[in-house]
This record gives sequence, C-alpha cells and structure tokens, in this order.
Amino acid sequence: METYDIVVIGGGPAGLAAALSAKRKGVSRIIILERDRELGGILNQCIHNGFGLHTFQEELTGPEYAARFAAEVKREGIAFLLDTMVTDISPDKIVTAMNSREGLFHISAKAVILAMGCRERPRGALNIPGYRPAGIYSAGTAQRLVNIEGYMPGREVVILGSGDIGLIMARRMTLEGAKVKVVAELMPYSGGLKRNIVQCLEDYKIPLKLSHTVVDIQGKERVRGVTLAKVDQDRNPIPGTEETYSCDTLLLSCGLVPENELSRGIGVFMNPVTSGPVVNGRFQTSVAGVFACGNVLHVHDLVDFVSQEAAGAGESAAEYVLCGCSFKKEGADFQVKAQGGVRYTVPSSICSDGVRQQQTIRFRVGDVYKNHFIAVYLNGKRLIHKKRQIMAPGEMEELNFDMNWLSPYPDGGEIIVTLEEA
Amino acid sequence: MKYDVMIIGAGVVGCAAARELSRYSLKIGVLEKEEDVCCGTSKANSGIVHAGFDAESGTLKAELNVEGNRILGELSRELDFPFYRNGSLVLCFREEDRPKLTELLRRGQTNGVKELRIIEKEELQKLEPMVSDEAVAALYAPDGGIVCPFGMTIALAENACQNGADFFFDKAVTNIEHTGRETGMGRYRIRAGEDVFEADYVVNAAGVYADVFHNMVSETKIHITPRRGSYCLLDKSRPSLVSHTVFQLPGAYGKGVLVTPTVHGNLMVGPTALDVEEKEGTNTTREELKELTQKAKKSIPGLPMNQVITSFAGLRAHEDGGEFIIGEVLDAKGFIDCAGIESPGLTSAPAIGKKVARLIAGQLHLTERKDFVPERKGILNPAMLKETDRSRLIQERPAYGTIVCRCEMITEGEIIDAINRPLGAKSLDGVKRRTRAGMGRCQSGFCSPRVMEILSRERKVPMEEITKSGGDSGVITGRNKDRL
Repeated sequence: METYDIVVIGGGPAGLAAALSAKRKGVSRIIILERDRELGGILNQCIHNGFGLHTFQEELTGPEYAARFAAEVKREGIAFLLDTMVTDISPDKIVTAMNSREGLFHISAKAVILAMGCRERPRGALNIPGYRPAGIYSAGTAQRLVNIEGYMPGREVVILGSGDIGLIMARRMTLEGAKVKVVAELMPYSGGLKRNIVQCLEDYKIPLKLSHTVVDIQGKERVRGVTLAKVDQDRNPIPGTEETYSCDTLLLSCGLVPENELSRGIGVFMNPVTSGPVVNGRFQTSVAGVFACGNVLHVHDLVDFVSQEAAGAGESAAEYVLCGCSFKKEGADFQVKAQGGVRYTVPSSICSDGVRQQQTIRFRVGDVYKNHFIAVYLNGKRLIHKKRQIMAPGEMEELNFDMNWLSPYPDGGEIIVTLEEA
Repeated sequence: MKYDVMIIGAGVVGCAAARELSRYSLKIGVLEKEEDVCCGTSKANSGIVHAGFDAESGTLKAELNVEGNRILGELSRELDFPFYRNGSLVLCFREEDRPKLTELLRRGQTNGVKELRIIEKEELQKLEPMVSDEAVAALYAPDGGIVCPFGMTIALAENACQNGADFFFDKAVTNIEHTGRETGMGRYRIRAGEDVFEADYVVNAAGVYADVFHNMVSETKIHITPRRGSYCLLDKSRPSLVSHTVFQLPGAYGKGVLVTPTVHGNLMVGPTALDVEEKEGTNTTREELKELTQKAKKSIPGLPMNQVITSFAGLRAHEDGGEFIIGEVLDAKGFIDCAGIESPGLTSAPAIGKKVARLIAGQLHLTERKDFVPERKGILNPAMLKETDRSRLIQERPAYGTIVCRCEMITEGEIIDAINRPLGAKSLDGVKRRTRAGMGRCQSGFCSPRVMEILSRERKVPMEEITKSGGDSGVITGRNKDRL
C-alpha cells in the first residue's frame, strides 16, 4: 500500500488550495484524488466572470481561476489522479479509491483533507408535485450541458430558486437563445448575491417573483408548463394565486448540500445546520488528522473565500503531519456558539496555540437583517460590536477574532456570535 | 406477423407470462406501448412481497399471493434479481383494534401463510426500535419480503427473450378483432397503429388498460379504475432506520401507509390511494404527499422526511369486482385476461405467469422444451465482488474502473452492459432502472450528461436523440445559439 503524508479528497478550488498551502509549509508527499476528468471542479463550468477579485485583484472566469491553481499544483510537483473515485476512508485514514488505470487501490495517509464540494438539491427533495417529464434540471446540470457540452437543455425556461447558479443560468440561457420567463423564489428574499440579481435578471428584464413556488408541473413526456403560486408566511401556497407558464424547461436552484457521505463513513461529527463536519479553528474534524474545507464544510458564495479557508486547512494539516501527527502547544478550548439570528459558525470551537494571531469566524444569518450589530462575547464579555447595514442569508459573513483575547482564560470557555438590534 | 401467443403489456405480469410460456415450443410476441419493459404499474409500486394474510381466503388474490411468495426465492436465484425476506409487521395502535389483528392472523393461517404470529409491544420494540410507542401489538410475518420491481420485471423479460420471445416496443395496441369468433376458434387480429399482428392466443396483461382490450372482444364488460398511489423515497442511511416492512392496521385514520426498506437500502413510504379517471395520471399532488408524511410518521415518528430524494406516483389497476381476473374470457376463445392486477400483483406475478402458461399449454397439450434456459445472469455488480476479483475485472475491462454515478457508485462497465444486453436500455430511465445510475441522492444531476454520452456512443445515435424515457422526452433541444 502506498503511503502519503496528506491525501486531499477532491481537486476543486478547495482541494487545490489546501494541497498548495500544505506543500508550501514543507510537506512533500501529497496526493489529490479527483473524480472528474480534470482539476478545477465545478469552476470549469462557471464560464462567467467575477472570480478572483479578492485573491488576484482581477476579474477572472471560473476556468481561469481554476487554471491558476492547477498550474501551481503542477509546478509544485503535487501528485494528482483524475477520474478517480474515493469509495471509502477508514477512521485510521486508509483511503480506498478506484479508477480505470490503477483499478481498486488503497492509500495510507497521515492526514486527510476533505474537499468533496457539494451537490444540488434535486426536485424530489423539494417535494414539488406534478408529473415527472424530461426538461427538469438542476441549474448546475444545465450549466454543464450548456457550458461544457454545448447543448441547449430547452427553449422556454422557468427557474425555481434564486440561488446564484440559477441566476447565472438565467443570463446564460438568455445569451444562448432561450427565453427565460420568470424566476420564482419561495422565500421573501433572494438566496443569491445582490450583484447577480442585478447583472443576471434586471439587466435582461427577467422578473423575479419572491414568495412564490411551483405547485404543479405539466407534461407527461417533456415539460409543457409550470404553475406558480404565491406562498403565505408559512410557505404554503395561497389558493387563487396560481399562474401557469407554458415552457419546456424547469431549472432548479434551490440550495446546495455538502457531499459528506465519505465523512460520515469516517465517523466525523456533523453539524446539522450546515450538513458539513464540525471543525475547530484548525479545520480539524472530530477525527484527529482529518480536515475539511470548502463547500463540503459549508456552502460558500465566493470561491475566493473557499481558497482562503482551504489554505488554512492545508496549513493545519501540514502542521499536524510535521509535528508527528499531533499539534504542539494545545491551549484551552473555546466553544463558538451561534445565537440570535446567526445560524451557525465555522469553526465550532477555537483553541489558542500561541502561534496564530487571528482567527476568522464565518457564519450566515437566518433572515434579512437591516441595521443590526454583529456582537461577539467571550465568556460573557462583549469584544466585537460591529454595525452592518444589511445582512442576508445569501451572503456569508465573516469576522476576525484576535487570538490574544483568549489569554486571560487558561481554562477555556465560550464565544457567542449573535446579532443585536441597533 | 403471425404468433401463437401475443401478450399485450410488458409489465411484470406480461413478462412473467412470456417467460413461463417460453418453456414451450410457442411463437410468443409481446407488444408494449412504451419504449421499454416495466414502464407502467410495475415501475411505481411498493416493491413488496406480501406474505398473504391480506387477501380474503378463497380468492385468486389469496391463492396466487401465497404461491407467488413461495416461488419467488427460487425465481430470484434463477433469474438473478434482488429479493429478501425482511419480514413484515402490521401495527395495531389501539387495544380495541386487536380483534382486527386476530382476524388478519386467522385469515393468513387459512391462506397458508407460515410462521405468522402476533407479537406484543416489547418484542415489537426489539424487532423494530424506531416504531411508534403507540403501537400496542403487531402481526409479524417473517415470510414477507421486498423485491426490486424493475430488477424482477427486466429479469423475466430478458429470460423470455433469451428463450425466443419477441418484444416490440412503442407499439400501442389500437384494436383487437376476434377473427375466429364465427368458427369458435382462437384467432385474433391485433393492430398497433400501422402494424398488424395475428395470434391464436392473446394474453391481456395491459394493466390499467386491460378493461379496454377485454371490452373489445367480450360482451361481458369489465371496468378498471386507476387507483393512484404516491410514494416518497428516502436517502440511504447506514444502518437502515427500519428493517421490516411496517404496515398499519386499517383504522379510524383510513387505510394507512407502509414504511419499508428497499432492497437497495433506501427507505420508502407510501402509497396513498386515490381513484382517478386518467389512465396516465401519474402526477403527484401536494395533498397526497402531505398525507403520506403524516401517516408514515404514525408508524415511525422519527422518520427523517428531510431525507426524501424523490417522490412519484403509480396507478393500481382496480377492477370493480376487487378480484384478479385471470383466465380465458367466456365469449372469446383464446383471449386470456390478466386484469385487475392490483396489490398483491407484484408478489403474485410469477404465479400468474405460471397459471397462464399452464392454461395455454394444457389446451394445446404441450410439454416443456428441453432447451429452455431457466437461468439468466443479471448485470454484474462489481461492488459485490471481492477486492482482488474487482481489480482483475478492471484490468480486463477498464470501464469497470470508472464511476459514472457517484451517489450509487455505478461504473461505466455496468451502464455499457445495461445498454448492450438483450432488450437493453435505450434511455436515461432505462439505464436507471437497470443499474440505479441516477437513482441516488442527486437524482442524476451529476451523471445524466455522462450517461447520455455513453448512450450516444454505444447506441450510435446523436446526443439530440437521447431521451429520458422514449417518445417526446428528449433531454436536450439543440446546440447553443442555434436559434440566434
């Protein structure tokens, strides 16, 4: 059995950034296992621009952004296998994988970085009633068909869900010659970035119907129409508000789910809110030596933040490997808790190590909040009180926590992240 | 074209009849209106092998259910499809309902169901820890089982095909004429659009359409109501939350729904029961899906309905008399009905097939062919191989090393096999029913473009012609910018 210091599961933006940072910290034997035909993950089908503003201070397309990282990985001589599916990871970090060249094989790892990304919520998970004809696609599947394969999934399109991929696909389908009739969103606010609403819908005069959902799909073989209805506060359709759109395609952009089947197999603790592993400030899961980053940990809006986060996970994995599979200077533990409108935090705990000066805490809010303060309490003492004009579930928030604040508390404690009214 | 026997419908009953009839030297045809086998009632049902305590004693339903249950074990081994006896439980929620439980027990015993017994709360909780605290007792039938309805139907069809039966797809029968009526003979002319077939025997296994064909040749009319049942399928969990098939004793809250593991490790809940007029009315409605959740939670309160990956509806062919109609139509010699095949139709299908074959072979004084091949090998599932064998397989056939469906871990090798075997898959759904590619938690989001590519390559058809399920169910409508 081959042995590696670090096995990275997934060669998308998270996996690439994690591998690079681990390599630059001095770990030599790293391998990336990627299930698709090339490195870069979903970025390869994101041919629109807007990537890299934070990382490279310039606007790149998805494939360009991925290519920069992939080129670095190759320059650093990091090993990678494509078309390779990991089928199991044991708690003692034996990775089982297969491809058509090597067959079924095992790799023993000192550390594993989980970077498998996420998948789209399918129609069935949304409980949309109606027939089950052809012409219903998740937005990402349609994106792959159009942007990679060059095929039109349909001509007249209704989109359910205003997640970013759905918004991007509204514009893409329009540019490729389809008629996008409407975007319906169940919630009273959009799940996507404001800039995408403006650039992908408003610029093309595509209506966005908030508090609407699909109540029926017509067509036995191919979609012939979709009926929308307005929903009440409890998200139940209001009778009498139905409106039927004739169309041949329904795209779904109703949320992403981290792909954690392998993580569950290892036995790492999961966060029911994010559907990702519970991690500490080093991105380490509940199983020592197993780290997680990117959309497998929690779904991001911007790839730049995925890269940042993954670099942190890569550094930690490197530190773990270089310290003989442990961490030096373990300090006291502090639980990080989300309260009052904050849905979750990543990480779920932090620990002072005397090395890191700053800890980034990322979180999402559960509703639209205007003129609220983000407040952070450490053992009852408010340390951060920052006003934000607007916060929305579709935009991830982050704050920097000064690690020196922890020093008066050698026994650890509790950090609370919450929202407060102005 | 002239056939000895023409079977209408390639569902589980039609395919079972075809397989059993192919034991004899008969020229057998099967006409199917869809593009594949197993496209109607057979594809959307509970996948349950009933023990046989439900049907009233003395009925065909009772007899064929018990016989079907008994022969399914051997059949599944011969034809290589998944079938397990996971045992079934009928929950009783109120002390005052106990007499109904006892009645079921007695009926089952009369019907010939083995090892049937009533268990008390304590044993029930031990057998099925997730079951509701409100259940006071249950009827336990260790012989109850689960089967893959696609696997079973496809296996029967492939074996029939192997033994010489001809299958015709996209052939909707439009008219049947009893040309031998005057002479008192079994002679039929069957039209399917432009095509005309002649046959001595017709086996009417047309599911919800069986009344239409019966009524074309007989003065004694029958009437079938499509009874819609909606289902939800939940993601796999390790270990499975529920291991038995859990029924509810019909009570004040209505007929109840079942919660069952599937042979592939998912959980399924269903069905609702709603009479509809439309014979193609397989749409789900918000109300039915809601009802389903409420009823299922009565049995298993902790059922994680947020793990639902798909919902669907099927139509049971309910005949007004409420009984299977199997046999030669009195005023139409050679016209064999298999009508009103609702629950326990899937369980009974192997026995129905045998009954039909015995009837025809008996009339014609036929004996079984010596060259009949009873075995059929299913699509190789590499996940069942030992590691060394799997590696060797990949070395010999690299397509078995490429995972196409990441949720169900289905390889390109399996998909190629599904397409190229007899009666092979022609569409995404055809591939899905044979291999499970696309049946997992992402519901084909990731693998459908890859499966389309493989279908296009293996079948040598352009991508634009790949369908979800035949007919006008094309997946793509053209190339980018082709209309700009």
